[in-house]
Formats: sequence, structure tokens, C-alpha cells
Amino acid sequence: MRFIVDKGRLIPETLAKNDKDAKPISHIDFPPSIQLTPGFHYSAELLSFVEGRQLLLEELPFPLDLIQAHYEHGYLSYEKGIVKTKHGWRCMRCGNEDGRFFASFPCARCHTVCTYCRKCIMMGRVSECTPLVVSRFSFPQSRYLSPLSWNGTLSEGQQRAADAVENAIAQNGELVIWAVCGAGKTEVLFQGIARALEMGKRVCIATPRIDVVRELAPRLKQAFANVPLIALYGGSEDRGKFAPLVISTTHQLLRFYRAFDVMVIDEVDAFPYSVEPMLEYAAAKARKEKSSLIYLTATPHPAWQREIRRGTRKAVTIPARYHRFPLPVPSFEWCGNWRRQLKRGSLPRNVMAWVQSRIETEKQAFLFVPHIDVLEKVVRILKQLDERIEGVHAEDPERAEKVQAFRDGRIPLLVTTTILERGVTVPNIDVAVLGAEDDIFTESALVQIAGRVGRSAQYPDGDIRFFHYGKTKGMVAAKRQIERMNKEAAERGLLKTQ
Amino acid sequence: MNCLICHAPYNPLASWQHFLTLKNADCLCVKCRGAFVKIDGEICDICGRPFAGLERSHRQGKLCADCVQWQKDDEWKDVLTKNRSVYMYNEFMKEVVALWKFRGDYAIVQAFQDEFCREFYRHFDNTFCIVPIPLSDERLYERGFNQAKALAELLALPIYEPLCRRHLEKQSKKSRLERLRTENVFRLSEKTSLRGKHIVLIDDIYTTGTTLRHAAKVLLKAGAASVSSITLARG
Ligand SMILES: [Zn+2]
Ligand SMILES: [Zn+2]
Ligand SMILES: [Zn+2]
Ligand SMILES: [Zn+2]
Repeated sequence: MRFIVDKGRLIPETLAKNDKDAKPISHIDFPPSIQLTPGFHYSAELLSFVEGRQLLLEELPFPLDLIQAHYEHGYLSYEKGIVKTKHGWRCMRCGNEDGRFFASFPCARCHTVCTYCRKCIMMGRVSECTPLVVSRFSFPQSRYLSPLSWNGTLSEGQQRAADAVENAIAQNGELVIWAVCGAGKTEVLFQGIARALEMGKRVCIATPRIDVVRELAPRLKQAFANVPLIALYGGSEDRGKFAPLVISTTHQLLRFYRAFDVMVIDEVDAFPYSVEPMLEYAAAKARKEKSSLIYLTATPHPAWQREIRRGTRKAVTIPARYHRFPLPVPSFEWCGNWRRQLKRGSLPRNVMAWVQSRIETEKQAFLFVPHIDVLEKVVRILKQLDERIEGVHAEDPERAEKVQAFRDGRIPLLVTTTILERGVTVPNIDVAVLGAEDDIFTESALVQIAGRVGRSAQYPDGDIRFFHYGKTKGMVAAKRQIERMNKEAAERGLLKTQ
Repeated sequence: MNCLICHAPYNPLASWQHFLTLKNADCLCVKCRGAFVKIDGEICDICGRPFAGLERSHRQGKLCADCVQWQKDDEWKDVLTKNRSVYMYNEFMKEVVALWKFRGDYAIVQAFQDEFCREFYRHFDNTFCIVPIPLSDERLYERGFNQAKALAELLALPIYEPLCRRHLEKQSKKSRLERLRTENVFRLSEKTSLRGKHIVLIDDIYTTGTTLRHAAKVLLKAGAASVSSITLARG
């Protein structure tokens, strides 16, 4: 598709009387928007389809002349899909600026060599000649009276955070909830979401992980039984719909545009899917200009931690777990050049001893390793010790079966490269990391890994061992972060007194 | 480097062999490259279908049962001299073709460069006329590019586009299939003389061979001496 410009307006070449000077949209300078014509008989069907989203023309099941009429009367606008920057290109749908994710092709739509974004190609191609259609009109949003049907109770730490969330939502503010693994942070959102829905606000919870979407959806559906809720992830039935309460993965969020009054970014237990720039971009684009932003994290980025300590970033911490026992603290153990040993087909003696003792005492455990190739070798070695030992990685097709087998106690020890589904809070486990010095084990990753241990009130303790070939800053920072949280919890009286 | 398909970082093998032959490093990681299965071993003389794993009853001498049927039909006998395909149309290839052709990730075509060219020169040479199977105007607009032409361009030979294709609206499967068999969607775009020319049609997938034969028929009628084809994958 190419456009011509006539009196400051874009006209698709197929609707123009002459197609002289038709150009791809990204090559045209045009005024940002047209004033809304009052009294225009708009199509409510079209506008409610587009509202809160940013769509390709081929995603719109409406005739082009109807779309164009809404544009000319200020109800819709066309935006550039790709823009030229100083250093290359930026995709306006996914925020990609990495040159490796752009390619060009001889385009039959605009008859030029047309650059497109490969990063978000799964949602349909955005190229130099692709207009993104957005709505400039919003329908009144429905309000819900007392929408919350949950009647659990919150811990002191949770209650303080819940009040802060409600406040931030009411005032369109920003807030970080720094909640230790096992603090129960989903419930912390309920009060604020209820307030938002009473005020007629739209709420989105965004997360990098599909399984988090799947896990949260039923819980929120139960808590807000009378509010339409949709869960968006690749392949979900709700794709392309809109509701006052939306839970979404990064990719699905990219289709939204100035849609939400409340944006919650949930990155707790994200390892190894840290919040990529794409989720940040998607979240920023999907929230309205006036809206609140709530960050849920178990381990904020070091820069944020500094800002929080200095008081320049608004945050509440929940330093204690729901069961009020302190977090188990990791210990470090040097294990020599384990990679070389692995090449020879063996594991460091102390690592073997650690595994052996879990098997003997029948205590289930996770052994985290840095990469898939390491995983396969380690599993091969450990199977000689106990052939029930298994390995699982993020893209393992048998992942669900293995997780279930671990839960049922049929697998004594699971070697893994990833934090498994959030439901995997197996009550009584130990955790070790082999090669804790590897770059993939950042401070945040290690805190999340440690967070697997001691989750239930019956077994609040457990062993966390970082086997390493050289202590790293990340390891030290992770341990210090956990100790700090315990200290704060004790000072605030959030822990059980013996 | 990052793999062109899965985007995972990998080390392109910078071996001596690469250095000596001045071969470019592969744009795919070992895992993705290894997931494509090339066709080799015994194949049907006409359509290039691999005989390995094919039931006995589907083969008669040097031909597969489908080609035997085509050859029995006077209307279609010898219309297509031969087809050769580079890869099996396995699950991975289906996924990659979907990403390339339907999602429109044009850059993927680069991954086929070496093996597509090698297979072409194994069976043909630069005296042949290269003709990509065209899309209808509507489909071309929808996709933004013609995947068959993208493949043809890998060969760096002159490309001829004597054919155009009528748009078939999506209809019920059966009637569509019937129409496909009976009606020819191709015609000559202009009065070009193809007298005495040996033509190689290029397409992405060989499934039933109907599309290629329809195109071949039009070209033969226009005077072509022979029409063969090469496709990226064999269904
Ligand atoms: Zn993009
Ligand atoms: Zn274009
Ligand atoms: Zn790959
Ligand atoms: Zn055959």
C-alpha cells in the first residue's frame, strides 16, 4: 500500500484520483492527526474493533473506504509501522531497533526495496509501507460495583503493599512491589484491581511467561467472578479480544495501544526470561498516557535497588514469606574446573556427594545448570547414580510430564536450566547450582533459584548450595539481598517469633 | 552470529575447509540446518519422489504410481519432463515455509541458497530458461512477494515471466480441487515466443504436481521444447 498526500491528508493510492507521487507511508511527512468531526455517523462496530489497539489493515475486516472515511473525520489515524532513525530503523509495533532484526525485500505492495521488522513477524509483517491503524475515539468504560469476591486474608506485609497499590492506581502513579518469592503477591493486587474496576478503569497484567498467564487467569477469574477477563498468549482463544481485565504475554501485548489505565508488569520468577526491552516497550505503548504502572518483582535490577534505597523510586517491599519464616540463605562451595571434569565424563566430588546425600535421605532436589549441553552431560552421569534422575529444559517437549513426575515424587532429582512452572512449589526440596559463576546466573536469577526452597510452612527450611569455579559479584549480591530481606522482615516484626 | 531461523546465537564453523574453499559461513545454527532433510537415494524418474519408505505398491519400475497415472493420460503424458526437489517437506520445513511465505519473513530464503543452487546445477545448467510459478495479482499483494521468484533469484540467472495466474477465490475444498484439476489458472501474459526453449519452472513445494503441469502445458503450447521443474521441497 502506498499513499498520496492531498491537502495534508493521506489517501491510499487505490482510493486516490491519481496515483502520482504515491509513496510508502514511512517516506511521507504528514500531520499527526485530523480534528474530530462532531456529528459524523461513525461505525461503532469499526471503532470498537480498533479501540485500544494498533492494527494492520489486513487485520481489519472492514472496507478500505470506510476506514478512510473514519480517518478523514478524525476517528482513526494512520501511523508509520517503521521509522528511520539515526542509526537505522525502529519498528513502531515492537520497539525493535536492532539492525540484525531488520531485512529488506522487493515489495509488491510499494514497488520498492522495502525494509521490514523480523522481530515481530509472527504478528504479520510490518514494513516501510505498512500503516498501523489506531483509534482516536474511546467509548465510555463500564464500572463494576464491588467486583471483588475474594475473602482471604492478607499478611501485614501484603496489606501494606495492597494499600500502596490501591493508592498508585487511584492516582495514576508508579510503584514497585518488591516481594520475596513466596510472599503471595498476586493477592496484593486484588484490592487495587477492585478499586480500578469500580472507577471504570481497564487493567492489564503483563508477564514474559505463558505459564504465568495460564496460572493467573483462573485465580483472577475466581476473585473477580462478574468481570469479563481474557488471557492472551500465543494460541489462546481470546486473541484479538478486549476486556476490562486482561492478562497477556509480551507478544500479545504488542497489538494494544493506549488501552489500559492500569498496567501491572509481573516479572517474579521470570528466569531465564528476564524482562526484555520488548516487554517494556509493549507495556509503555499499551498503557494510556494517564495511567498507573505497577511493577511486581522478586529482585529488581541493581540500578532500581539503588534508586529504591535512595528513595528516588517509589517502592514497597514484602520482605517476609506468607508463612512468616525467614528465607533460607545460600551457601557457596568451590568445585574447581567442573567443565573440564565434565568433558572427561565426571562431576566434582563435592557435587556428587551433595547429590548422593539427597538420594540417600530421599530429599527431592533441583540441580540448576547453565546450558542445555551441560544438562545432557550431567544427566548422563547422574543417571549412573540413580536412573530415575531426569533433566528438563525450557523447550523440552516432555516438560509437563517430567514436572508432574517430580511432583509425584517419581523423580528424586531434576537437573534443569529453567525455573519451572510457578505451580512447582514442591514442599520439601533442596536446590543446588552447578557453575554458579556462569553469566546466566545473575543476582536476580540466583535469588529466584533460592526462592524455590522452603516454600511451605511445614518445611520452611532447606539447603541452597552454589557450586562455583570462582565466586562472582552476582553470587555475593544474591546472598546479601536475601540476608537483607530477612533483616528487614525481622525489624518490621513480620517473622514468627520462636 | 545469530541463526537466521531460530535467532539463537551460535558459532559459524570457521574451519580450514571453509577458509580454503572460501565458502561463506552457514547462516543457520547446526540444529536448524540439521532439521532440514535433503532428498537423496533412489527417486522417481519423473517427479523426484524418494522411493525410500514408499510402499511397494506405489512404485512401478522407475516411476511412482502417481506419475504412472499421469503418463497413462494422453493429455498429460510427458508434459513435465522431470521435477527435482531439494528437501523433504517435513514438519520443520513446513514451519519454516509458513514463516517465510505466510508470515512473510523474506530473509529466510537465504538459508536455501547453497543447496538450492547445487541441486539446480546437478540437473540443469545456464542454458535453461528460468520461469518462476507466478502468483495471482491478489495473492502477490497479500504476500508482498512471490516465494517462487525469490527462489529463482538465488540462481543469479536471467528470469523469464511469461505466465500469469488467475485468482481462485477460496471456496469449498472439493470444488476447488475439482476446478484445479480441470481448469488451467495459467495463461501467457503476452505473445512471447518460447520456440525451442528448454524451461525450468521454479516453485516452493511439489505436492501433487498439478500446478507445475498446468503451467508446463501452457508453455509447451507456446512452443517450448521441454519443461522441467525444481522445487524447494517435496510433499
Ligand atoms: Zn517489530
Ligand atoms: Zn513495501
Ligand atoms: Zn537455528
Ligand atoms: Zn513420480
